[in-house]
Amino acid sequence: MSKKVSQEKYEKTRSYRMKQWFDGTRDPFLNTVEMKPQKVFSEDKETLERRAEDRKKLRERIYDTAGNTEVRVFRKFYRVASVLFCICLVVMLLAAVSGLPTFGNPGNPVNNEVAARYIENGLQETGAVNIVTGMILDYRAFDTLGESHVLFIATCTVLILLRLDKSKKGSHGIGYEAEEDRIYEPKNDVILQTVARILVPPIVIFGIYVILGGHLGPGGGFSGGAVIGAGLILYVNAFGFAKTERFFHEKTYKRLSFCALACYALAKSYSFYTGANHIESMIPLGTPGAILSSGLILILNICVGLVVAGTMYTFYVMFRKGAY
Amino acid sequence: MQFFMYILLGFLLVCAISVSLSKNLLNSILVYMSYSLVMSIIWILLESPDLAITEAAVGAGVTSVLFFVTLKKIHAIMKAEEKEGEKKDE
Repeated sequence: MSKKVSQEKYEKTRSYRMKQWFDGTRDPFLNTVEMKPQKVFSEDKETLERRAEDRKKLRERIYDTAGNTEVRVFRKFYRVASVLFCICLVVMLLAAVSGLPTFGNPGNPVNNEVAARYIENGLQETGAVNIVTGMILDYRAFDTLGESHVLFIATCTVLILLRLDKSKKGSHGIGYEAEEDRIYEPKNDVILQTVARILVPPIVIFGIYVILGGHLGPGGGFSGGAVIGAGLILYVNAFGFAKTERFFHEKTYKRLSFCALACYALAKSYSFYTGANHIESMIPLGTPGAILSSGLILILNICVGLVVAGTMYTFYVMFRKGAY
Repeated sequence: MQFFMYILLGFLLVCAISVSLSKNLLNSILVYMSYSLVMSIIWILLESPDLAITEAAVGAGVTSVLFFVTLKKIHAIMKAEEKEGEKKDE
C-alpha cells in the first residue's frame, strides 16, 4: 500500500525536481554551470583564400599529367594492356568455340533422349500443337514461373529507384519535371494521334491473339504480352497519361501481377502435386488444335501475358514520369 | 535463299560494328533497332517464329523506346530549336 504524500512534502523530493526537469519548467544547470553562447561560424577572407590556394595546389599535384610521369606511364600501359587483354579474351573464346562439337552433328550430346521424348510424346502428354509452348509451359513450367518473378522483381526495383515522392510532386522540386511532362506531354500531334488511333487496336488484338494461340501456333505469353505493352506505350505517347490512368493505375498493376503470379503458382502446384503423387489430373487435355485444349497451358499463357504487358508498360511509365 | 541470308548476316555485322563506333547516341539506338529487326527476320528464316515475335516486340520496340526515354532524361536528345539557340549563344 502506497502512502499518499502531501503536496508540500512531495515538492521537496528528488523525483519532483526530476519531473520538473523533464517538463522543462526548471533547469538545474541554469545558474550553476558556466555557459557560453555559441559562436556563429564565419570565415575571414584570409582563410578562404588560403583554402582555395590549397585546393588548387592539391589539384595540380594530383592531375598534373604533363609533369607527372607516373600518370603518363600508367595511361600508355593501360592502352597496351587493354588491347592485349581483348586479344587474349578473343583467342580464349575462339579456342573454346573451336572445341565445341560440330554444329548439326547427330551424335552431339545435345541430341539425347530428352529432346526425342519432347518431340515424340509432346503432343500426347501436353496437348499443345506448338511443341515450344508445350516445353516452356508444361515440362519446364517452373522455369517460366521463375522468369515471371524475375520480371516482377525488376519492376519492383524500377519502382523503388525511379519513383517520385508524393510530397515532392506538386512543388518545383524533383517532381517538377514530371509534373511538366504530365501537363505538356500529349502534344496533340495529329499524325501521331491518327496513326495511334489506327494502329493501337490491331496491335492489342494481335497481342491477345498471340497469347491465346500460344499452344496452337507460334507465340505465347511473353511475346504477346510484349506486343500488348508496346501498343499501350504507343497509346500513352499519343494521348497522354490522363487517358491511360482511367484504366491502368498503379493499383491495377499490382493487383494484376499478384493475381497472375498467384494463379500461375496455384495452377502449377496443382499439376506438380498430381504428377508427383501419380494422381490422374482432373483437367482434360482436350482435342489438339482446339483453342480450349492442352490443359493448363492456356491459363498459364494468359497469366504470363498479363504480367509481361504490365511490366513493359510500368517500365515505360516509370522511366518517363517517375510516377503513375 | 542462301544469298539473302548472307546479305542479312552482313547487315547484322555492319549494324553491330556501327553501334559501337557511332558517336551520336541517338544514331546508335536507331541502328540497334534495325539490328533487332534484321535479327527477327533471321529468326524467321531459322524457323523459330516464337523468337521472331519476341525479338520484334522487345528488341525493336520496347527496349529502344526505353533507351529513348533514358536519353531524354539525361538530356542527350536536343530539339532543333535548342540547338540553334546554343549556336547563337556561341
